[in-house]
Amino acid sequence: MSVPRPRPKLDNDNRPFWRGGAEGKLNIMKCGDCGAFTHPPRQICRHCQSENMAPEAVAGTGTIDSYTINHQAWMPGLEVPFVIARVKLDGVPGVYLTTNIVGCPVDAVDFEDKVRVTFEEQDGIYYPLFEKAG
Amino acid sequence: MGANQAYITGIGQSEVGVRLTRSPMGLTLDAVREALDEAGLTLEQIDGVSTYPGKMPMYLGFSPIGADELIEALGLKTTWHCGGAELPAQLSAISAAAMAVQAGLARHVICFRTVYEAAALARPEEFPSPRRQYVDGLSQWTAPFFAISAANWTAQYAMRHMKRYGMTREQLAQVALNAHANAALNPRALVKKPLTMDEYMSARMISTPFGLYDCDRFTDCSTVVIVSASDAIDEVKCKPIRIAASAGSVERYSWDQAEWVSAYPTGRDLWLRTDYKPKDVDTVQLYDGFSFLPITWLEGLGFCEVGEGGKFIEGGTRIARDGELPMNSFGGQLGAGRMHGFGFAHEAVTQLRGLGGARQIPGDPKVAVATSGGGPMAAALLLAKD
Repeated sequence: MSVPRPRPKLDNDNRPFWRGGAEGKLNIMKCGDCGAFTHPPRQICRHCQSENMAPEAVAGTGTIDSYTINHQAWMPGLEVPFVIARVKLDGVPGVYLTTNIVGCPVDAVDFEDKVRVTFEEQDGIYYPLFEKAG
Repeated sequence: MGANQAYITGIGQSEVGVRLTRSPMGLTLDAVREALDEAGLTLEQIDGVSTYPGKMPMYLGFSPIGADELIEALGLKTTWHCGGAELPAQLSAISAAAMAVQAGLARHVICFRTVYEAAALARPEEFPSPRRQYVDGLSQWTAPFFAISAANWTAQYAMRHMKRYGMTREQLAQVALNAHANAALNPRALVKKPLTMDEYMSARMISTPFGLYDCDRFTDCSTVVIVSASDAIDEVKCKPIRIAASAGSVERYSWDQAEWVSAYPTGRDLWLRTDYKPKDVDTVQLYDGFSFLPITWLEGLGFCEVGEGGKFIEGGTRIARDGELPMNSFGGQLGAGRMHGFGFAHEAVTQLRGLGGARQIPGDPKVAVATSGGGPMAAALLLAKD
């Protein structure tokens, strides 16, 4: 895609997510009391309002819930087409990630495809992208 | 005329165009003047102002005028006003005004939405686009993956609908074809001529399944509706249109965590607040920032089953001006321009008053639905001519 990825502003809520890739971890906030996940990440559980929250390294695999092939260069230099997908994470009920599916032709992507995380680092941010598994 | 109801009285709209040179405040004043003229009201009678999403200094093209600034410019003495983005979609600004007049906080409220996105893009020296070092808030979960536009986010809902229910691009096309056909009869619309299926299908792709004609485009204009209290409508010379019910919801505060677009719960909720039924509705004006969204509204409002929206509009005859459920008779945002929600309320009132001119739907329409929003936020109004 050739242009720098827009860079998230790190804070206490999102730092484990955007920097987890340094250790190969896909971190999602998990409640120590009810066990449910909260994403986008917060220090308060959206299911039971517990403040006993910590990042949990999840499996990093999932399935494609939906996707679109983007053909529009939204910024100068953006190479198209590419796949934007919503991935349903294995073992993390109710949590989806918007991401890119990389490492395959755009027309090789389909619903329910099994995918696995692969991190792309840029200036200390580890962007969780996904590639087809198997 | 029931006791303590809220009514839409005067409506107005500025010139609608792209890259207009008249200022955003000038366009807003044009729309206000037209609405006051229609209602026979004067500025001295206006005591409330409501808008969505309020002035956005970082994105002046998206929302260049706020409630405070309009109150100042018009020299109003208001007893109630509001303007903000933390509402479930654009038409909630009108629902808020309805509640205000019913609570006795105001008698005549100017509700407005001014957009200036095309002009702002063309005049970066006046309207600099923010050079941001970071993305934060909700955009941090999409922009880093170049899912920059609502087209990308909405396209994924549409792709899933196609997969799950068999919706086709030919069915999506009917929303755009209907919009263009109606816009061609609307003197204020951006689009001046009908669109053919061949033109639709051969247009360049934006984000599958959306091609160029599935997406609205930046527009400059201002739209006003005045909301008046029951005990104030005898001051008004135009036919008052009653706000029979309203609803709004946010499925998740996020574009990518929601299971469904909010049109579904909002559509359901609208009918819990009225004795009217979907079969009573004579015309629908449904938010079409993208072609897929009216399909979700038709399903959510119960005009057809969930998943049947594509089939419901197949061939386009049902939603045409002379069809059983005329839709977006002014051209919608795809044809008339991106008025950002308020155009749907404006048109519903126009049709209920029989003032649609060449685009007036036949018969004597008495009940209309107007909606705004797509994705995780939605608002709907049920409007009735008593």
